[in-house]
Amino acid sequence: MTRAFVTAQGLNVTLAGRHVLNDVSFALSPGHLVALVGPNGAGKTTLLRALAGLVPSSGVIAVGGAGLSSLSLRERARRFGYLPQGHVVHWALPARDIVALGRYPHGASDPARLTAKDAEAVLRAMQAADVVEFSDRRVTELSGGERSRVALARVLAVEAPVILADEPTSSLDPRHQIDVMKTLRAAADNGTLVIVVTHDLGLAARFADTILVLSDGRLVSQGAPAAALSETIMGDVFRVSAYRAEYQREAVIVPWAEI
Amino acid sequence: MSIQNVIATADTAARRHASVMSALVVLVVLLALISLGIGPVRLSPLTVIDALFGGGSDVQQVIVREIRLPRMILGFSIGAILGLSGAALQGLLRNPLASPSLFGAPQSAAFGAVLVIALGLADVRSWALPVAAIAFAFASVFVLLAIAGRNAGLLILILAGLAISSLAGAATALVMNLSSNPFAVLEIAFWLLGSLEDRSFRHVMLALPFIVAGAVVLLSQRSAFRALSLGEETAQSLGVDVGRLRLMVITGVALGVGGAVAVTGTIGFIGLVAPHLMRPLIGHDPTRLLVPSALAGSALLLSADIAVRLIPSTSDIKVGVLTSIIGVPFFLYLIRRERRALSGGIA
Repeated sequence: MTRAFVTAQGLNVTLAGRHVLNDVSFALSPGHLVALVGPNGAGKTTLLRALAGLVPSSGVIAVGGAGLSSLSLRERARRFGYLPQGHVVHWALPARDIVALGRYPHGASDPARLTAKDAEAVLRAMQAADVVEFSDRRVTELSGGERSRVALARVLAVEAPVILADEPTSSLDPRHQIDVMKTLRAAADNGTLVIVVTHDLGLAARFADTILVLSDGRLVSQGAPAAALSETIMGDVFRVSAYRAEYQREAVIVPWAEI
Repeated sequence: MSIQNVIATADTAARRHASVMSALVVLVVLLALISLGIGPVRLSPLTVIDALFGGGSDVQQVIVREIRLPRMILGFSIGAILGLSGAALQGLLRNPLASPSLFGAPQSAAFGAVLVIALGLADVRSWALPVAAIAFAFASVFVLLAIAGRNAGLLILILAGLAISSLAGAATALVMNLSSNPFAVLEIAFWLLGSLEDRSFRHVMLALPFIVAGAVVLLSQRSAFRALSLGEETAQSLGVDVGRLRLMVITGVALGVGGAVAVTGTIGFIGLVAPHLMRPLIGHDPTRLLVPSALAGSALLLSADIAVRLIPSTSDIKVGVLTSIIGVPFFLYLIRRERRALSGGIA
């Protein structure tokens, strides 16, 4: 492993009197795709939001050696690109303007007046997420799959060292799921630390370098896919048995039956 | 696709924005001139300009500069702050049906002013009126924030605003109910209808500083509205301090609306209608809508105030009545149009 970029030490989150995260610690390196998995209510989304600074947490989170609490809102925004669930856009803005919002943390407040540097970042992001062809179309006119790609391009445009994606593949058809994961994989291969929350263990095993398994707010397993999602973990945490295999040198894990 | 394309498409949007803006400015200037020229003595736009800069007869100068100019300035600035407030609230709440009255601010401001009149503390031309109106607008907004909490969602804010405006309306009715002075009640009733008639530079001096302050506060937050299109959480992740933004918007709206209500009574629906008129021309970008909505608000209120002087009637028609009569059917039309989005939310 190369030098850790994002570290959490003794992370605790309490929401409305409930311990959502309990003493979570990890160290993650740049250039890795990390899948955050676990049953419903395990605290996956909360962990992602704590990293993005959207929920108050105790314990230490550091990014690139700097404590999260010492960073201003904007400094934090430049380090973490956050892709929430659902890809909500409230107004019928052109796709391009949505992607340009990724430059907001860098001071680009008006998509009509981008600097050359910002415009290049927007173009790179649109090319990476393959949304150039509907640059001028309003997001409300796009299909769900197209909209998810625009949302992805918006996060890529931040060009942050860390991308946090909350269930980016939910409600997408298989082709779009693979498409989104491949785009995130490419970002990781370019040196970004990508942390993806997902319920799809198959996609997690196929695309992730590292898997973190959360259960009841605790980190119960972490490592390479086949090891982190061992038969014991599948049974104890997810309470399912799984078909396990290897295909094209990637782990294949298909949840099969409840136990 | 190249960098040039990325920048060029943006240029088209900016150019369209600029041409709509120039058209609006021309329209507002024309309406302002008509507003100065219309009344019992009709003056042509040229005579108006002449009188404005010290030409023409003494009578014409008095009519234009002392009688009609304050009325026009109030119509322009109050229309603008209502349009701007509406656009800002729609941007903040990401809801095309939001408007200042949604927060109960104008109703509370009116209650504050009515209280002052009924208690006999001051007549309708006193300084106590705007102070009370602004204080109550502020109070209502702070109560709203306290009830709704720091991270309240759209629905909680709307419900809390509805409750506060109902309370302010009931409290106003109670004050009028209990008032022993029938003249005060009549005065209140007329004042509540909303009018720009017989306003002097004293009224302008009372309202304008607050309106300008409110506009400055709202415009200082303009770029955050676009980021908010992606939802509060994503906006926060992009570096927008959403809690602070909300406080600033509500402060700006309270300042502007409180100042406006104090000198004109309640003039509704300008804030709701103005942004809707601009969306087909400007697009849905909430940041780009702010200034055009303010100009559209000015144009709307100036037109309505011209209309009440043109409509033949035995007594004066109040401009607030006219804006409501036009505004409410428009509101119903909007509800019908947005029905699907309202029940399901725009995904």
